[in-house]
Order: sequence, then structure tokens, then C-alpha cells
Amino acid sequence: MKKILSMLLAGTMLATALTGCGAGGNSQDAGTNADSAEGDASASAAVFKLGGTGPLTGGAAIYGNAAKNGAQIAVDEINAAGGAVQFELKYEDDEHDAEKAVNAYNALLDWGMQISLGSVTSKPCEATAAETYSDRIFALTPSASSVAVIDGKDNMYQMCFADPNQGTASAQYIFDQKLGTKVAVIYKNDDVYSSGIYDTFKAKAAELGLEIVSTTTFTDASANDFTVQLGEAQKAGADLLFLPMYYQPASLILTQAKSMGYAPKIFGVDGMDGILTLEGFDTTLAEGVMLLTPFNADATDDKTANFVKTYKEKFGETPNQFAADAYDCVYAYVAAIEAAGCTADMSAQDICEKLVEAFPTISFDGLTGEGMTWDATGAVSKSPKGMIINNGAYVGM
Amino acid sequence: MTFLSYLISGISLGSVYAIIALGYTMVYGIAKMLNFAHGDVIMIGAYMSFCGTSYMGWSPLMSVVLAIVVCTVLGVTIERLAYKPLRMAPSLAVLITAIGVSYFLQNAALLIWTSNPKSFTSVVGGGAVKLFDGQLSISHVTLVTVLACVVIMVALTLFTTKTKMGTAMRAVSEDKGAAQLMGINVNTTISVTFAIGSGLAAIAGVLLCSAYPTLMPTTGSMPGIKAFTAAVFGGIGSIPGAMLGGILLGVIEIFSKAYISTQLSDAIVFAMLIVVLLVKPDGLLGKHRNEKV
Repeated sequence: MKKILSMLLAGTMLATALTGCGAGGNSQDAGTNADSAEGDASASAAVFKLGGTGPLTGGAAIYGNAAKNGAQIAVDEINAAGGAVQFELKYEDDEHDAEKAVNAYNALLDWGMQISLGSVTSKPCEATAAETYSDRIFALTPSASSVAVIDGKDNMYQMCFADPNQGTASAQYIFDQKLGTKVAVIYKNDDVYSSGIYDTFKAKAAELGLEIVSTTTFTDASANDFTVQLGEAQKAGADLLFLPMYYQPASLILTQAKSMGYAPKIFGVDGMDGILTLEGFDTTLAEGVMLLTPFNADATDDKTANFVKTYKEKFGETPNQFAADAYDCVYAYVAAIEAAGCTADMSAQDICEKLVEAFPTISFDGLTGEGMTWDATGAVSKSPKGMIINNGAYVGM
Repeated sequence: MTFLSYLISGISLGSVYAIIALGYTMVYGIAKMLNFAHGDVIMIGAYMSFCGTSYMGWSPLMSVVLAIVVCTVLGVTIERLAYKPLRMAPSLAVLITAIGVSYFLQNAALLIWTSNPKSFTSVVGGGAVKLFDGQLSISHVTLVTVLACVVIMVALTLFTTKTKMGTAMRAVSEDKGAAQLMGINVNTTISVTFAIGSGLAAIAGVLLCSAYPTLMPTTGSMPGIKAFTAAVFGGIGSIPGAMLGGILLGVIEIFSKAYISTQLSDAIVFAMLIVVLLVKPDGLLGKHRNEKV
């Protein structure tokens, strides 16, 4: 009797697991379709194998999937246009984990990756950047913004601003637009992204004479209760709260600030992007939240409008900055490959040396900025746009 | 007044730890095993309640009932499949299995509900009780959590001391072999323990996510570890100890954040734990048992 029962229960568990696989299978099917489409393209011309890792599952999945989707749209467009440069794209899941990112990177190497899109988030990208550096594969990350990603690596480039630039630019923006006089900062001190932005924000604020009245922190282990941090900010009379963090803790901060009856202006960075698509989140809480991001989905120029339209048709949601960054990465590669005169039959190492020479020379117009240039360290130069959440959508300030 | 409001924040956080710790300590006290999957059963409970209210449009109460039923069944299933075959195995094997179950549950949740975080709608309603002209506010969730904690603590204490099944549980906890010789069905007793522990986990999950409304497959793991700490702090195996440990842990965490440093709060909490264990190795309310040689 007990044997039968345990068999039955084992069966139920297995069935649950398989159901899960079925749901997960859809995205894989989509991947296979895309692959076969690219397979057709490869029949007519040699293709560059372009690979990247990102959190396709896990807490940061919204970023990884956005980047993957954005890059996919660019690749599809380029392949459909049938130019000299054609791509085959493959994204591997790294779950926002450095170790898994290296495994994912190795899987891409086995697949025959020639050029890399690095990793989507900072910690994993620091790990894969060390690999691409020693293997001499050129990498351009859409969104891994910590300085350590490009530090000391001649073949690692960024499409997004580096963290210090985000901190500096935010302080400058708050100061220039006179958004607040007394600033409180809450940052996550076990996260290089958050603390990196905070460090430069603090330095720039001191330089500008912007007053920081309260600085408090949290970690992974204490990311639930923010009443103390908010209480300090309120007590210090802060009229602007700067939140250099991802949107998930930010959503808790917004909820708790509201229940405390504390309503400062909120200023975020690119990690705040995604808060509006958080399932079940009351978007009225995010009303009036400002953030600095290089991409505005409401922009009316043709390029952005087309991208947003295609993205909505294919994936059913409004693209965020990560999608736009990844889209730009692929087009920047086209520009650089043409400038360097690379062909798809070259080895990854030869392509890398040519791109290292070519990248600092190009100037590129994309969704996330006009006339972007890179210096030899791999850092991008472009100007950020201030955005505000108004009626549940981003609006340029 | 700020002191009082921090105290309330501390109790609010602590009561969430306490309610999780009650389940931990219950299972440890009877079955003498650390069920590290407890935090993940909490997460499943919260997801069940979320599905009930958001996808099926049920009332909050119905969705809590759903969560309790699913978690109870899940807890008994886990016990049958993963722990029962290891009844005679060394405790290390059971511990590792529990960690395995924890990963299994997290990854199953990843497959079913994906990784995108969800914002949980509070089952209690968002209001707050205002005192002293609104200078002090206690949210309804906090009140319900503290109340639930006390009710569960009292009920569990009565259950283990007054009922036949409770007596059986204590007997099993003292000496499995002797209990069996006295005609107690050890397997059933342990199954019931898991059923109760997991049912409590469902309630804890719903209250955790009502207080801190963010839900993802790893939601249960960190509070689970903190609650385990709380259970050890209060004396693992002791039911009032779990409640006391949880509340104290929350209050210490908030106070060290507020009055010492937000950067050092975790270090301070765990330093306190070390000090308590050095002075009182069995925790605050733990019973000291002489090991027979």
C-alpha cells in the first residue's frame, strides 16, 4: 500500500516537473524557430556567430530577456536586409551568477562564437570579460555597467554608461534641474553596481555642493524592511531620494514610503527600468519616479518608433533600455565590422584584433544616443536623458 | 516617538521571523531534523495564495486555505519521499537531503512561475492603526502577524501538552525506539508533525509576502535562514523560544540599523547570536539535555 502511495506521489511530482518543462519549452521553441530562420540565411552568405550570456531566468531575468529580444530584432533586421554582414545569434542563460556565466560562455565557445555580447549584468560580465580577454574574443556588453568589466581589457567595450558615469550624471542632472536640495541615498552595499554608482554620486554631489543628508544601506539579507532607512531620510528632511538599485527592492521602498506617508521625489538609475512591468505592482506608486536612462520608448524618431513597434508585435511589451542597448550593440558591430573589413570566415582572434583597432575610430548613431564614440578603454561617450513616470509610462523630462 | 516606531518596525519584522521559526522549531523538536526546505515551502505557500487571488479571483481567505492545503500535502509528500527512507541514516544525510529538496522546490517554482518577480497583494488589507495623532502607525499586517503568532504559539503548546497526538509527538522526540515499543506509530506521528509544520509555513508565507510584497522563487530562502537563526536564538525545539527569538531578532536588526549602522546590522545580529550561544548554548529558552553515553 505504501509502495503504491509513494509511486503515485512520485508520479505526481514528475508530472509537475514535466508541466513546468512544458511551459518553459515555449521559449525554447521560439529560439529554435529563430535558429532555423538564421540557418536559411547562412545558406546564402557566411555568418558571424554572435553570442552573449544574460539572466534569462532568475531575479534579473527581465534584463536578460529584454537584451536577448532586442538583439534578436536587430539580427533579424540585418539578416533580412541581406547586407554583406550577416549574424547568427545565440544567448545562454547565466541566472545573474558569475560562475554560471562562465559555464554559459564555455557553451558558446563550443558552439563556435566569433564575437561576444559579453553578459547583460555586471557581476557575471566581470567573469566573462576575463575569459574573453584571455581567449582574445572581442566583446561589447549592452548593459554591464561596472568599471571592473572593462578595466584593463583592450577588447571589452560597453554600450551603456559605466556606473561612475551614472552616478556623476545623476548628481549633475539633479543639480542642474534643481530637483532637490536635500538628498537621501539608500544603496545596496553588497552589490558592486549599486555601491559603484553611490561612490561617484557622492563625489560629484560634494563637488557641486549638493547636500546629501542621509546615507543608508541594505544587503541581500536585509532587503525586506526599509522603514529605518526611510525614517532616517524623513527625519533628515530629505526632499529627494536617490535609489541606485534594481527595481525589485525599489518597489518595496516605494510601498513602504507610501505606508509611512513619506513622499519625497524619487530618482533612480537604469536598474529602476522594469518597475512598471513588475506583475501585480501598483504602478500608481511609481508615479513621478524619475530616472536617468539613455533610451526613451516614447521618442518619436523613426528608428525608435519602428523598434518599439516591432518589439511590441513580437514580444507583447514595451521595450526597455536593455533591449535598446542590445539592439544598438548589434548595429554597432555592423559598423565596426565594416570599418575593420572583417569577414565571417576569419577566426575569432583575428576579428578581435581588427575590431580593437576599429572600435575607437567609429562614430555610431543608435537608439540610445546620437554620435556615440568609444575611447580605447572601452567606455562609451553619450548623453543620458532624464525620464519621469507619468500615468504609468515613461515620459521624457 | 521614533524609538517607538522603530520598535514597532522591529516587532513587525520579528513577528514574520517568529511565525517561520515556529514551523522550523516544531519539526526540529519532534523529528530532530533541520528541515532546510521549510523556507521554500513558505515560498510555495505564498505563490499558491498569489495564484488564488490574482489568477482565479478568489477571496483572500479562500486563497489562504488553498495555500495551507497545498503546503500540508506538499510537506507530507516531501517527508514520505525524501526523509522517511532516511529514518535510520545519519543526520548529515538527512540534512543534505533537506538542502536538495530546497533546491528542487526553488527550481520547480522557477519553471512554473518563471523568475520575474511578482508583487504580492496583501491578504490583510493595506490600512494602518494610527496612534498619537498619526505619529505612530501600526499596519494591519503587523497586528495580524503578531496575533497569528501568539495564537499559533499557544495552540501548538496546548496541542503538544494536552492531546494524545501531542503526547505521542513528545514521546517520539524523547526516544523513537521506546515510543514505538509503547505502541506509538512513529511514522504517522512524524507525518503529522510535517503536516502541521508545512501548514504553518503556508500561513507564514502569506504573512511574509503581505508585509513585504515581493514574490519570487528565492523569496523564502533568506527569511528562512533568518528564522532558523531565530529558532536557534530562542532555543531550537522550544515553541515559546521560537516566538521570543524571532521577535528579538527582528527588534535587534531594526535597532542596530537605526542606532548603530545600516552597514553593520547583519554583523551585529549574528554577533548577538554568537554571544547568546556562548553564554547559553541551548538558546534562550532551550532545555538542556544531558546526552547519554
